[in-house]
Amino acid sequence: MANVLVFIEQRDGKLRKSSLEALSLGYSLSRKISGTLGAVVAGSGISSLSSELAAYGAAKVFVADRPELALFSSEGYTAALDAAASAFKPSIVLVSATAMGLDVAARFAARRGVGVLSDVMTLDVENGRLAGERPVYSGKARVLVTAAPSAGIQVATPRPNVFPASRSDTPGAGEVVNLDLPALKIRAKVVKVEAAEAGEIDVAEADKIVSGGRGIKGPESWPMLRALCHELGAALGASRAAVDAGWIGHEHQVGQTGKVVSPSLYIACGVSGAIQHLAGMGSSKVIVAINKDPEAPIFKVATYGIVGDLFQIVPALTEAAKKLKA
Amino acid sequence: MNHIVCIAYVPDTETKIRIAAGGVSIDEADVKWIVSPYDEYALEGALQMKEAKGGTVTALTFGPARADTGLRECLARGADDAIRIASEGLGEVDSLGVARLLAGAIKALPHDVVWMGNKGVGTDAQVLVPMLAELLDLPHVNLVTKLEWKDGAVLAYREIEGAREIVEMPLPGVIGATKGLNEPRYASLKGIMAAKKKAIAVKTPADAGVDPVTVAGEAAHVRWTKLELPPARQAVKLVPGDDPAKAATELLRLLRDEAKVL
Repeated sequence: MANVLVFIEQRDGKLRKSSLEALSLGYSLSRKISGTLGAVVAGSGISSLSSELAAYGAAKVFVADRPELALFSSEGYTAALDAAASAFKPSIVLVSATAMGLDVAARFAARRGVGVLSDVMTLDVENGRLAGERPVYSGKARVLVTAAPSAGIQVATPRPNVFPASRSDTPGAGEVVNLDLPALKIRAKVVKVEAAEAGEIDVAEADKIVSGGRGIKGPESWPMLRALCHELGAALGASRAAVDAGWIGHEHQVGQTGKVVSPSLYIACGVSGAIQHLAGMGSSKVIVAINKDPEAPIFKVATYGIVGDLFQIVPALTEAAKKLKA
Repeated sequence: MNHIVCIAYVPDTETKIRIAAGGVSIDEADVKWIVSPYDEYALEGALQMKEAKGGTVTALTFGPARADTGLRECLARGADDAIRIASEGLGEVDSLGVARLLAGAIKALPHDVVWMGNKGVGTDAQVLVPMLAELLDLPHVNLVTKLEWKDGAVLAYREIEGAREIVEMPLPGVIGATKGLNEPRYASLKGIMAAKKKAIAVKTPADAGVDPVTVAGEAAHVRWTKLELPPARQAVKLVPGDDPAKAATELLRLLRDEAKVL
């Protein structure tokens, strides 16, 4: 049977958007191979999530609802995926390529002795085999990877924020199957979760990013950039130069030693565009460069550019964005 | 404590990537190779622990002979031993294959902590840390930016989307390091001289307990079928910046009406 199983990530009982993207992708793949779509979710007190998953096309929802799964555990959540796979016998398993998703997908694949089409930005199935493109060398090249005919279960981790999440035209039955897990072996335990500052969007998940580089001159400029982020609903990014200068934490860094991102809009303010930075954001749909140096390499990848003083242009953009919304 | 640090020897982050004839690999001419920056955080973490609590640090890689230069860099910074599983003549090996080879070599060594960067900056699959942990039947924490050592366990701070998880992991275990964990040291002159005298143990896949036909070539589950440079982007459309208010209004108009991203 050609089933597609999607691992669903939840935090505090809320479905992650990236998982719904994976589920939507799973729905279209399941249609293509005339298979059935299943979802598996692990956590504690999460049984109410199944109707939402059905709306995205899931015919079956495998639920691992246990107190010890309240917080993430790579071992515990992998056991849930493994149990669902044993029951559902999928030919394709999808898990969004988030921090949690990569842990679960890679452990599951190693347990089953199969590979992973990791961090793919496109994914399709031909003659039953998955193939997808993914960035390599930190975005400086892209490779088409294909699951070999011998591969057994095919595991892929679609990159967050690339595939659309949309409810299916015909909802799935959403039949709930409670997983009967064996005794869980959980050694690495999450003891605490510290949420980021309220209102902060993570650059890896953001649809829009406003990013600052050396040209912003110092950490006192972040409030100016944050104000623009607030108006646009964007995440705050930073170049390596700004992070290494100690102006902001590494979690904001975009580029080869930071996060590789692909938002629909990337606004680079005072970012010169080192090769590592360009590798990390070059697949953004629309790139705006604001820089006083017309020769800055960032203009070579930018869709739109303003040569000028970012300390005047960024506040003007914030004002104009406010008016646009009004 | 015995530390094993797995490293990848990858093109320098400054390197321009060109595609080789055949279209499935990079042109290696003129490429400068480095220890993957993320693996440097892993090595530094192991060296700091060894300095604090004693023990040994072994650097381990899977790769061709040029990777010996990367292992020697690890020795120069303070690793005690270095092992390379030779990749010559194997053909394509996917991430699972690499994980099986590394796990095979590690099983033969005493190990309390296995370290690795959370990703390379080469093939970037980001799956080796959990795969290795699974194959070694060990717990793991990935994307670690801060560590606190306890008796027989470690408290690891890990970066996830929009939050930080604090994970308690008993040892032995696998740690996936990322930027923020530490500032990697440079090799001292004394270290470089000492490293020259140390031997690098070169092993075959069979030495690691893995039959090459089970991981390479036809056995690889995930194959590279086409490698390309990213598509060229259109030339930039410049908006005059001398009047900031006008420039801002015009840019937003373009983003909304032309690019349709607002």
